[in-house]
Amino acid sequence: MALRQLSIVTIRRGIKPIVFVICLIPLSIAIARIFGLFESYIGGLGANPVESLMDYLGQWGLRFILIALLVSPLQKLMRIAWLGQFRRMLGLFAFTYVLSHFLVYLLLDQGLALQYIIEDVLERPFITLGMISLTLLTAMAVTSTNGMRRRLKANWQRIHYGTYVVAILGVWHYWWQVKSDIAEPAIYALITFLLLGSRVVFKILQKRKRQASAKDQNG
Amino acid sequence: MTKRNTNVGSNKILPSEITPHSTYLNRRELLRVSAAATAAIAFPTQAAVLPTERRAKLDGVIESPLSTDAATNSYDAITNYNNFYEFGTGKADPAENAQDFQTRPWSLSVSGEAEHTGTFNLEDFISPHTLEERIYRLRCVEAWSMVVPWVGIPLADVIKRYNPTSNAKYVGFETLDDPEQMPGQRRRVLKWPYREGLTIAEAMHPLTILAVGLYGELLPNQNGAPLRLVVPWKYGFKSIKSIVGIDFSSRQPNTSWNISAPREYGFYANVNPEVSHPRWSQARERPIGEGFFAPKKDTLMFNGYADQVADLYSGLNLRRNF
Repeated sequence: MALRQLSIVTIRRGIKPIVFVICLIPLSIAIARIFGLFESYIGGLGANPVESLMDYLGQWGLRFILIALLVSPLQKLMRIAWLGQFRRMLGLFAFTYVLSHFLVYLLLDQGLALQYIIEDVLERPFITLGMISLTLLTAMAVTSTNGMRRRLKANWQRIHYGTYVVAILGVWHYWWQVKSDIAEPAIYALITFLLLGSRVVFKILQKRKRQASAKDQNG
Repeated sequence: MTKRNTNVGSNKILPSEITPHSTYLNRRELLRVSAAATAAIAFPTQAAVLPTERRAKLDGVIESPLSTDAATNSYDAITNYNNFYEFGTGKADPAENAQDFQTRPWSLSVSGEAEHTGTFNLEDFISPHTLEERIYRLRCVEAWSMVVPWVGIPLADVIKRYNPTSNAKYVGFETLDDPEQMPGQRRRVLKWPYREGLTIAEAMHPLTILAVGLYGELLPNQNGAPLRLVVPWKYGFKSIKSIVGIDFSSRQPNTSWNISAPREYGFYANVNPEVSHPRWSQARERPIGEGFFAPKKDTLMFNGYADQVADLYSGLNLRRNF
């Protein structure tokens, strides 16, 4: 299948820039809404713009975490090796959206009122979860370069398993702050479960395959 | 001059003779404290007539000294950003999903510990009263706030007409239960029908009203038409919408949010900056309509109505009875 054997040039010069631009769409919409542009097409931020913007960016942060987690199962299912090249970019977009979400909280929602922010982080469990997630994402973003990867060796993988933790904490963070309608966080939870579950399934299948081939050789 | 004298002569009935006592007292206070006195004279007490067309102007609305002079939120904000879970859990859902909601004919049942009980149609229920504009602060349990110019009638005047017995310690309210018309009720986000309640003293408090209008117009569907409660010193969820039942009871009624999460939403639900919601702070609030860079403001005890209502709770532990 041709899709499996795209040239490096096609991927780097063609597909990557397209994916990059697509990933910028939600951010562009957020910025356009801040300035009230194209409101009849993309809608506005409504009566509570700070809450609306914070919610929008947080949702996209969570979506990008899950999209990044989709890469490796997709890679295995479709047998398209080059999909792996998009993981870093998607992860960095997840970080970008979560960071913007945090900055809206810090600057616009809390107005940098340190006393309340500290109280929030220490006393509101859902905010504590959010802060832990942001910390992990930051660690992964900082160590995402090729140089860092080389230098950190085996530790690099350990740090980047943090994605799984971030996905779980991110959904939890969302779940804990809705009032009673848990429909949306429940959908995110289900997707997270499937994405993490698929890894377990792949692991088991791989192990069976290995055992089977070992048996064949022995037999 | 002569003409005016004649007019006065032909109108010898005192306002107190044709008006419920409390309305009369309110008017005396108006005369004393506000420039609205002229308005009160220009519109003598008249039976409230509710029009039916959307956004119809309400006639004979008098001003009230109980109104705040804070700037009101825009009609657009009040009618497009609110909670009314019967029409969806998003803030814009009620405006979108309540447009076809049928609010006429509308009847209410009055039941329980009162002399006059039964089912009444909305027009008869409202008509003995004078409509008043009440500009109140609104504080949502989600930590945002607005200032809303309601039009309504004091609940106390309504209650007096039904003459509750001495057993009536509480007043329970119930919203219409109609999943056909209220799409939000097709999912069990809360236990339907929505129920709320007040102590009889809270219900009789002069600040407590039943609202039928907004901005001098008929109450829009998404804000709880045709009849809703407004209790400005409590979190917004206490102010139940689209009421079909009022019940006088000796026991504290079950209330929807309290059933849903008893640790988070108490029966009283008085605005209290010192008692946090288990998941978020209630110390500050986001005033709606002040733009991107407006800071949050400090939440006031009883939403700024402490002078009027704190007496209701003397001796009550507000931390425990949240």
